[in-house]
Amino acid sequence: MSIPNAAITPELVAEHGLAPDEYERILSILDREPTLTELGVFSAMWSEHCSYKSSKRWLKTLPTSGPNVIQGPGENAGVVDIGDGQAAVFKIESHNHPSFIEPYQGAATGVGGILRDVFTMGARPVANLNALRFGDPAHPKTKHLVSGVVAGIGGYGNCIGVPTVAGEVNFHPAYNGNILVNAMTVGLAPADRIFYSAAAGAGNPVVYVGAKTGRDGIHGATMASTEFSEDSEEKRPTVQVGDPFTEKLLLEACLELMARDAIIAIQDMGAAGLTSSSVEMAGKGELGIELDLEKVPVREERMSAYEIMLSESQERMLMILKPEAEAEAREIFERWDLDFAVIGRLTESGRLVLRMDGELACDIPIPPISENAPEYDRPWVKTPAPDPLNPSVLEGAPDLLGDLRRLVASSDLASRRWIWEQYDHLIMGDTLVRPGGDAAVVRVRDTEKGLAVTVDCTPRYVLSDPEAGGAQAVAESWRNLSATGADPIAVTNNLNFGNPQKPEIMGQIVGSVTGMGAACRALDFPVVSGNVSLYNETDGAAILPTPTIGGVGVIRNIDRHATVALKSAGQTLILVGASAGHLGQSVWLREIHGREEGAPPPVDLDAERRNGDFVRSLIGEGVVQTCHDLSDGGLLVAVAEMAMAARGLGATIVLPDGLDPRSASFGEDQARYVMAVDDADAVLGLAEKASIPAVVIGETVGEALLTVDGHGVICVDELRSGHEAWLPDLMSGE
Amino acid sequence: MKSAIVLFPGSNRERDMAMALVRAGGAPPSIIWHKETELPAVDLVVVPGGFAHGDYLRAGAMAARSPIMSAVLEAAGRGVPILGVCNGFQVLTESGLLPGALMRNAGLKFVCRNVDMAVTTTDSLFTSKYASGQAVSIPVAHNDGNYFADPETLDRLEGEDRIAFRYTDPDGTASEGSNPNGSIRNIAGILSENRRVLGFMPHPENATDPLLGGTDGAPMFDGIVEALS
Repeated sequence: MSIPNAAITPELVAEHGLAPDEYERILSILDREPTLTELGVFSAMWSEHCSYKSSKRWLKTLPTSGPNVIQGPGENAGVVDIGDGQAAVFKIESHNHPSFIEPYQGAATGVGGILRDVFTMGARPVANLNALRFGDPAHPKTKHLVSGVVAGIGGYGNCIGVPTVAGEVNFHPAYNGNILVNAMTVGLAPADRIFYSAAAGAGNPVVYVGAKTGRDGIHGATMASTEFSEDSEEKRPTVQVGDPFTEKLLLEACLELMARDAIIAIQDMGAAGLTSSSVEMAGKGELGIELDLEKVPVREERMSAYEIMLSESQERMLMILKPEAEAEAREIFERWDLDFAVIGRLTESGRLVLRMDGELACDIPIPPISENAPEYDRPWVKTPAPDPLNPSVLEGAPDLLGDLRRLVASSDLASRRWIWEQYDHLIMGDTLVRPGGDAAVVRVRDTEKGLAVTVDCTPRYVLSDPEAGGAQAVAESWRNLSATGADPIAVTNNLNFGNPQKPEIMGQIVGSVTGMGAACRALDFPVVSGNVSLYNETDGAAILPTPTIGGVGVIRNIDRHATVALKSAGQTLILVGASAGHLGQSVWLREIHGREEGAPPPVDLDAERRNGDFVRSLIGEGVVQTCHDLSDGGLLVAVAEMAMAARGLGATIVLPDGLDPRSASFGEDQARYVMAVDDADAVLGLAEKASIPAVVIGETVGEALLTVDGHGVICVDELRSGHEAWLPDLMSGE
Repeated sequence: MKSAIVLFPGSNRERDMAMALVRAGGAPPSIIWHKETELPAVDLVVVPGGFAHGDYLRAGAMAARSPIMSAVLEAAGRGVPILGVCNGFQVLTESGLLPGALMRNAGLKFVCRNVDMAVTTTDSLFTSKYASGQAVSIPVAHNDGNYFADPETLDRLEGEDRIAFRYTDPDGTASEGSNPNGSIRNIAGILSENRRVLGFMPHPENATDPLLGGTDGAPMFDGIVEALS
């Protein structure tokens, strides 16, 4: 495939992931046969990864604007106003396929890529997050993948010096052949100093900076747009290799140059490398671009035009500079020991013209690459309504504390300390709320503000009912932010699904995007950036549909925020939100009864809004310092987590009347929070006035004991030891 | 108190360090690029945490051969106090200012968490504001913090009261369980012969703000500023 001037055969077209009718489009655009390099350019630009051809129709239905939105989807990252002339810049992106093939480098370069997306916009990254899904803990590959992915994420983030502060992890056999690695970065920038990718000014120099180009990652975007089979291991050479040290230099050099008046446009070279960056920059500026590829700094000999254009070597950027700023820019990059090369010029032609040693390798019109890009309205079928939960699970006598002990030590609820202690979560000296709570909080330096950040999705809900599951992911994100006292501002989404050419998978996409859109609208929580990862299938078996939501909120006064840990004895525990005891798709049902069935809990967006606003206002007034959102595992798990996060404190719980104790303890009804308060009557009075359901469910005690009235007592230390042991035991093979 | 922070390509905790120095009452430090050959007239030189030169070859090895290090060695020779934290500690051992070496953590994983330790000597400007034997909790964040030296060197360090901090249980016992990285004799920090150079693996600069989980690092900076102002 790398032979220059190879004949364009149907096999070669197919190897490039292009359907026969897509190749016909290329012929009609060019009115001739493409060169190999041109074929490569079209293949990359029209890959699912770059073109969103299967999902675009549905992504358009999401709300993307709002009073705080400075830049929605379509740029390197989304930008929102956080007041005081500051902006938060953030995005989430998947690196699923590479991380399965080569976990360390796949995950590391996922972090590197998303960091670049954020600092390309002029922001200094201040927080990293990640959402990970692995297969069955007992699967022979799982341990290897967990240890490689975690080491890769840490290896990159720790070295570049950005704290990794939050994340989530699930284990499920549906991910045995396709793990998910979604990485998110949040940065801060002056709101009036955001950098965009649209090129301007014919004649201006096109500048390449950063690391040299090698043969790594060629066809990464195409690889990420197909299913896996038994021979996926053979795709290892398509995985890029990361160098966080070079990226640290690139970060500092870019931010230094951005403080001057030199850059017209800038874009990182991510998926499809020099191809997508040059085509997108020129396309957005309605200009042409001419590159002399022999000027591209390379680290391997005899690289062809095709290879240079499709390499996904990391830590590279493309910039359009003001011509008079060239010398100043060169000085900065050379001081940081980075390559700096003028590799071409912008033109009026509207064409992508590539030459290698003077020889023409590509000459194609740019607008049709995007305007004539394939866009599919793929057939889809609505996911059938789930069977109702079999009520037999409530037969027999309940063993609430025995169930609780098993739940807090189960794969989805056990402590993730083994993971986040491998991440430097303290660097930059602003980590106000560390990993392990609802959302992490980083202080915005030299202000009273904090940024609350979280990643969320409950894939088993989405599988059962995509629309409810899509809405729930957004609601949980909003709730996690609210539980810290933050005003939720906006989200970024990462849609991970199977093969969209299957109508039932497409139905999952349509359903979850519909639910997500409804929730984002109801909660004024617009989508400002995102990424789509399809074809997460191996030998025809798809992952659980996993539309991950990355949420960002602002705490106006960091002296008033809440954390999950109990703070003192003698406080009253209040449950906010209505409890119906919904056990369908609950962790309890799966862990205790081995069943994954029923409908997920319904999402009442009005209730989410009212209850969240109520809780947030109490935190903002300084009434509440201890709050936890209820999600996986329900009420009893939440209270146990609050006690385990404290030292020497516990709680006595009286379950609400009218429900089976198992439903009351482990039901996963939405829109709920537990708070610890000093003056319960006052808080209940405020709730009543605002028509918010709120009940007293117990009190905190000065001993590390958890008592459930009528159901016994358990030591918090016993819960904690199982909770903390599960993951280390798995990883050490015990 | 005027200070300089030496910046290598890949240093990444220089801002945290500058904040801690300023918080304790020091002047905002000068940041000195590693290609410089001279230091400004300062009361303290800090080699900060990070991954200088990517930790490629060996942590601190290339940084120790940077142009600025001749000036740092010369300053140390004149008795200018030098503080090397984390990667800075690695640079100081690699450059010969402090004995021993820092190897890969015994657990073979990066470790970031608060660690309990005890102040082993108060006889230095870095530790004078602590009580002898005081138990403190300070975060670590490193991959290569496993301190090693030969028995003669260790005996000498102990005999000269140059062990500044040891990893311990909260009650002050230097147990295996309290050692986050396998450091020999639970050593977390050591002093030079003239007691004016400290190499310290944990991050006291990240334990100086009451909002961010503790201030057990603050006495170090208070001591430095008081002694050098």
